This record gives sequence, C-alpha cells and structure tokens, in this order.
Amino acid sequence: MESEQAVFFSRLLTELTLSFHIIYATIGVGIPFLIFIAQWLGIKKQDEHYILLARRWTRGFVITVAVGVVTGTAIGLQLNLLWPTFMELAGQAIALPLFMETFAFFFEAIFLGIYLYTWDRFRDQRKHMLLLVPVAIGASFSAVFITMVNAFMNAPQGFELMNGELINVEPLVAMFNPAMPTKVAHVVATAYMTSAFVLAAIGAFRMLRGSNHIYHKKALLLTLKVGLVFSIASAVIGDFAGKYLAEYQPEKLAAMEWHFETEEQASLTLFGFLANGEEIKFSLEVPYALSILAHGNPNAEVIGLDQFAEDEIPPLYIHYLFNIMVMIGMITMIIALFYIVGNALNRTFVRNRFFLWLIVSTGPLSMVAIEAGWWLAEVGRQPWVLRGILRTENAATTSNHVDLMLFLFIGLYIVLGLASVIVLTRMFKNNPVERELLDQQRNGR
Amino acid sequence: MSYEIIGIVVLWLFLFGYIIVASIDFGAGFFHAYSVLTNKHHIISKIVQRYLSPVWEVTNVFLVFFFVGIVGFFPSTAYYYGTVLLVPASLSLILLAIRGAYYAFTTYGKLRSNFWTYLYGFSGLFIPASLSIVLTISEGGFIEKNNNELSLQYTPLFASPLTWSIVILSLTSVLYISAVFLTWYANKAKDRPATVLLRKYALVWAGPAIITATGIIVELRTHNPVHFQRMLDLWWMFAISGILFIATVYLIWQKRSYGLAFFLLTGQFFIAFYAYGISHYPYLLYPYLTIDEGFTSEGMAIALIIAFIAGFCLLIPSLWLLLRLFLFNKDYVEGKLK
Repeated sequence: MESEQAVFFSRLLTELTLSFHIIYATIGVGIPFLIFIAQWLGIKKQDEHYILLARRWTRGFVITVAVGVVTGTAIGLQLNLLWPTFMELAGQAIALPLFMETFAFFFEAIFLGIYLYTWDRFRDQRKHMLLLVPVAIGASFSAVFITMVNAFMNAPQGFELMNGELINVEPLVAMFNPAMPTKVAHVVATAYMTSAFVLAAIGAFRMLRGSNHIYHKKALLLTLKVGLVFSIASAVIGDFAGKYLAEYQPEKLAAMEWHFETEEQASLTLFGFLANGEEIKFSLEVPYALSILAHGNPNAEVIGLDQFAEDEIPPLYIHYLFNIMVMIGMITMIIALFYIVGNALNRTFVRNRFFLWLIVSTGPLSMVAIEAGWWLAEVGRQPWVLRGILRTENAATTSNHVDLMLFLFIGLYIVLGLASVIVLTRMFKNNPVERELLDQQRNGR
Repeated sequence: MSYEIIGIVVLWLFLFGYIIVASIDFGAGFFHAYSVLTNKHHIISKIVQRYLSPVWEVTNVFLVFFFVGIVGFFPSTAYYYGTVLLVPASLSLILLAIRGAYYAFTTYGKLRSNFWTYLYGFSGLFIPASLSIVLTISEGGFIEKNNNELSLQYTPLFASPLTWSIVILSLTSVLYISAVFLTWYANKAKDRPATVLLRKYALVWAGPAIITATGIIVELRTHNPVHFQRMLDLWWMFAISGILFIATVYLIWQKRSYGLAFFLLTGQFFIAFYAYGISHYPYLLYPYLTIDEGFTSEGMAIALIIAFIAGFCLLIPSLWLLLRLFLFNKDYVEGKLK
C-alpha cells in the first residue's frame, strides 16, 4: 500500500473508533455522577423513587460501561498500532497522564463491580452509596487524564527538541500545558450535561408513551436541572477556550470562525457557507463579537488566516462543526430552562406533548454536539498530530493492512452498537417502572 | 537497581497478574461453553458466573495497564511492536470485544442465547493464542527492516514450530490454571459435583501444560541460542518451578488443600515467568531493541514510578476489599448472597 493510503485509512479508523467510543465514554463519565445524586436525594428525602431511579440507571449504565471498556481498550491499543511514530515521540513526554488514567480506570472498575453486586448487603444504605464515590471519581479522572494527553497534542511543552528526540523532559509541565484547563473542564462539564440530557430524554419518552407516573416527573426535573447547570458551565468554559485558542492556536480559531484577514474589532461569522474558496455567503455577522470572544475586548486585534502558510491551516469545514456544537448547546440550555421555570410556575406547557418531544430531542442532540466538538478539536489541529512538531502524515503506521482492519472494526462497531440498543430497550420495556414499584410493595419494602 | 530494571520488573508483574486472572477468566468461559455443549452446564455454570461477574473488568485493566505502562517506560516499543502487531493485535481486540460484549449483553442485559455463550467460550481460547504471538515475535527472526520500514514476515512466523508451541502452551496453561482455581472455588462453595468435575479437568490439563512448556525451551535452542543459553544459566529457577508443579498436582490428586494447591501453582508460574523474563534480558525485541536503548528519559521514569507507587497504595486496599467481598466471603461464595 502507498504510504498516503496508510495515512488515510489510519485516520479513518481512528476517527471511527473515537466517534464510537466517545458515545460510551461520555455516558460513562457522566452517569455515575447522576446516579450518585439520585441515590443521595433518595436517602436524604427518604423517597423510594429516587433510589429506584439510581437502581434503574445503574442497570442500564453497566451495559454501556462494558461496551465502553471494549471500545476504550480498542482506542488505547489502536493509538500504538496506527500511530507508532507519534506514540514513540509523544510517549516520552506525555506518558504520565496516560499511565495515571489506567489507575483511575482500575479504581473505577473495582468499585463498580462491588457497587453492582452489593445493593442488599449493607443495612445502612449510605454505606452502599459511598461505594459510588470512587466510581464517580475514577470515571471523571479518567476523562481528566486522557484529556490532558489530548491537550498536550494541541499545546506541547515540557521538553526540548533535539535531532528529532525529546530531551530535558518535565512530565508535570507537559501535563499542565496551556490547553489543559479549558479542555479538561469542557470535556467533563459536557459529559455531565450530555448524560443528564440523555436520561431526561428517556424519561420524557416514557411519558410520551403514556406513563404518567410521578417517578418520571421527578427524574425529568432532576436531570434537566443538572443539564441546565452544566450546559451553562460548558458555555462559559467554551468562552475561555476561545481565549486560549486566540493566544496559543490562532490558526484553529481563525479557521473555525472563517476569519481570513487579521483585523481589529473583528466580527464573528455565524452560519453561512463558503463559495469559491474564500467567499462567505448567507452568514450572520456579529460586530465586535470575535474580538470579545478572543480577547475580551471589542477593539482587540484577532489574527487571521493570512498569517499562516497554506499547508499549516486546518480544513475550513470545521466552521460547520463549531456552529453545530454551539447551536445545540444553546438550544438544549433553553429547553431545560423553560422546563424548570415552567414547572416552578406550574405552567401546563411543560406537559404538552410537543414540549416533551423537545426534551426527547435534547438527548440525541447533545450527543451530536459531543461528536461535532471532538471532530472540531481533532480536525482543527490538522495538519499536525503534535502541533508544530509532528505532522499527521508522518506519524502513521507503514503497515499494509490498515484498510482490512478498518472493515473489521466497522463490522464490530455495528454489532456492538445494534446490540446495545436492542438490549437496553428490551431491558426497560420488559420491566417498566410501574411494575417494579408494584413488585417492591408486594415484597413489603 | 536502575530505573529501567524497576520499570520492566513492575510491568512484568502486571503481565503476570494478567496471565493468571485472564487465564482463570478464559478457562472458565471455555468450561462453561463446553458444559453447555455437553449438557452439563447445571453442574458448573453457577460457580463460574458467581466468580466471574464482579471481576471481569478488573481482568481487562491488567492488560491495558501493561501496554500503557510499557509504552510509558519504553516508548520505542510503540514504534517496533506497534508497527508489526497491527494485524495480530487488532484480531485480539476483536476477540476481547466479543468477551466484553458477552458480559454487557448476557450477564447485565439478560440476553439468553447459546450463540453468545459459545462465542464467549471459544474466543477465550483464541485470545491467549493471538496474544502469545507477541512473545514469539519478541524472540526475533520474524521482522524485516527495509529502509526504516518494519514488516512482519507472516510465512516464516506461521511455519515456525516455535510459534505453534507457544500457542499450544498458552492454551494448555489457560485451561490448567483455570481448572485448578475453579476446583478450589467450587470446593469453597461446598459444591461437590462441580468440584469433582473441575478437579478432573485440572488433572487432565496438568500433563499437557508441563510438556508444552518444556517443549518451548527445546525449540528455543535452535531458534534463539543466546536466549536458550541464558535460560540454562537459570536452570535452578526452572527446577523450583517444576517442583512446585509436582506439589500442586500431588495435592489435587490427593484431594486436599486446594487453596494451597492454587497458591503453589501461582508460585510455579511466577518463577517460570520471571525466569523467562530475566533470560530475555536485555532484549525487548531480538535483535533490534534492548531495555537501555528503548528507555524513556529519567525525569519521566521517576514520575512514572512515583505515580505507580501512589496508584498501588490506592489499588491494594481496593483489590483486597473486592476479594474479601466476593472471593473470601463465605456466604457469597456459597451462593447465599446475591
């Protein structure tokens, strides 16, 4: 195989695995946190419904975790198989958080196993709840450590480069690089947000299917509150991320905003599409907004694409990804806000079928935003795999069989994806919450 | 002790941990599938599931820990092994995925289907077979280096008796380790019929396991004389390992102290595994990569070792809690607790 082809298929396979894994990873990071809140509320309010909520979420959650373990192992190994040159070079400086991630995950796996099989072992429910703390911490820290590695790829530091070798490595400096704070915060906050909206979507869907139980209303209110808090947090962090980009990766910011000429008082381009290369059509220009986003000052100068060599700027289609991500963030935030305010004021529109459908849409929509966000992050770093140091085309494997492996993994992910959907829907359809509550009453608990 | 030695000793320990827990897991899956096939599943499936359910994710982490760790301590392994292992490691990944999916969909998702049980059981045999290829490759002779491009030579690899000896060793030892452990576990659970059946499996697989292990040493004499010579220098370690093997089999034959038997078996594999590792030194990959050449910078090594010690302090009590609740808890093992 030509090496160009190996690069192409390596990128495709990595994109595929990451896009698939991120669904399970996001849920895996966010849901333990939500289970914890539900169980805590249940114990505090002495409300069986919240406890049951925690139990049912856990039952679905373990399935996604098990698939996430599989896809996580796949991406971990594939990084070495598909990008050996990159791992050899970057490993010298950024192996520490990768290594720590396995510990975080180890920790999570052990306590998840214990938590799952000890629901009825403790007389004091609070003890059982405490087992969830290491699960939630382990899950969130897995995300933190892995995102540190990704941040390093965007803003490599903590070493000196000599004849293609990294010397004087300072692992902590590499870990705490400038991209790290905003990236880590954004990933964790959006994981909580997305998980909350996915669970809200399920609750709303059950209500649309005719279940009118108070259980679902409690679930909906809880999840949408969490969703609202973290969608606001994600947006605020996103603003800081813009300022980081302006300072350290101006070409990424300029490409995603279609900012061609360096200028002061720069306006922000929303929507639109590109004609003949650089002509923006049907867009919405918000005056001064880009200067504010980049530097917090309407008069500040924002570097445009004119400052960069042609072969060092990312593909311009990332603008669309950026818009999708931001728009979905806004829409879901507004839907959650309307529900919470409407519910507090006792307005009837929150029980309206159309509004419930809107809530159902927040689940898949926020997952689309997660995908768009990661595509933006990865494609936006091109042509670099390690910004300024190693180009993607020089980092891929030279092996001949990447295309074959791609097809193999496509098949695997189709099976895993379909099976998870089938098993999860069957699980909850066959055992609706009404029946489980009745069973509990009959058993005298 | 130099940092690279500390690094490889720790990693080797985790690989050893993986080999033991994964062997139990793979073998258990196979015995389970085999019992379904021969309509004996009422005897052992309960024992197998009670043990496996809470621990399988932990098993997987041992493997992840090993490959992340080795790339951390020895970044050049990513380049050498990463390039040549694309196909075998991808196949292992698919097989591991099948097992993960089994847990996801059958154990947690209550999907009842013999199809998954068979897939699960037999994939457990193919995984050690495909992973053990890595050990074969590490002996050298199967990688060609052409203008800085590495490629794996499949024809000599699959034509080599060494490859197949190692594959067969991986299979027999998986079944042997697993059977000995499960005999002990079934006995603890006071499950007579399961104990009898599993004890039989343990005795059946003991012979093939030791014969194939010895066979490999003989194969190495022609394939990699340097390594073979270094192994001979460590003959006393292999001798101790052999004595432990005999003691294990004796105890099982006598139907006594199954716990001690499993402990001795762990000792047998531990010593043999380290003897193999020590004799492999200093090569990570014959003849391209040694421990010193492939080592990361000193700063990173210290950071990794500190992280490892900190992580270990966190893990040991957690693992102990896991074992106490599920392996050493009488009521759970006997099936009185759900």
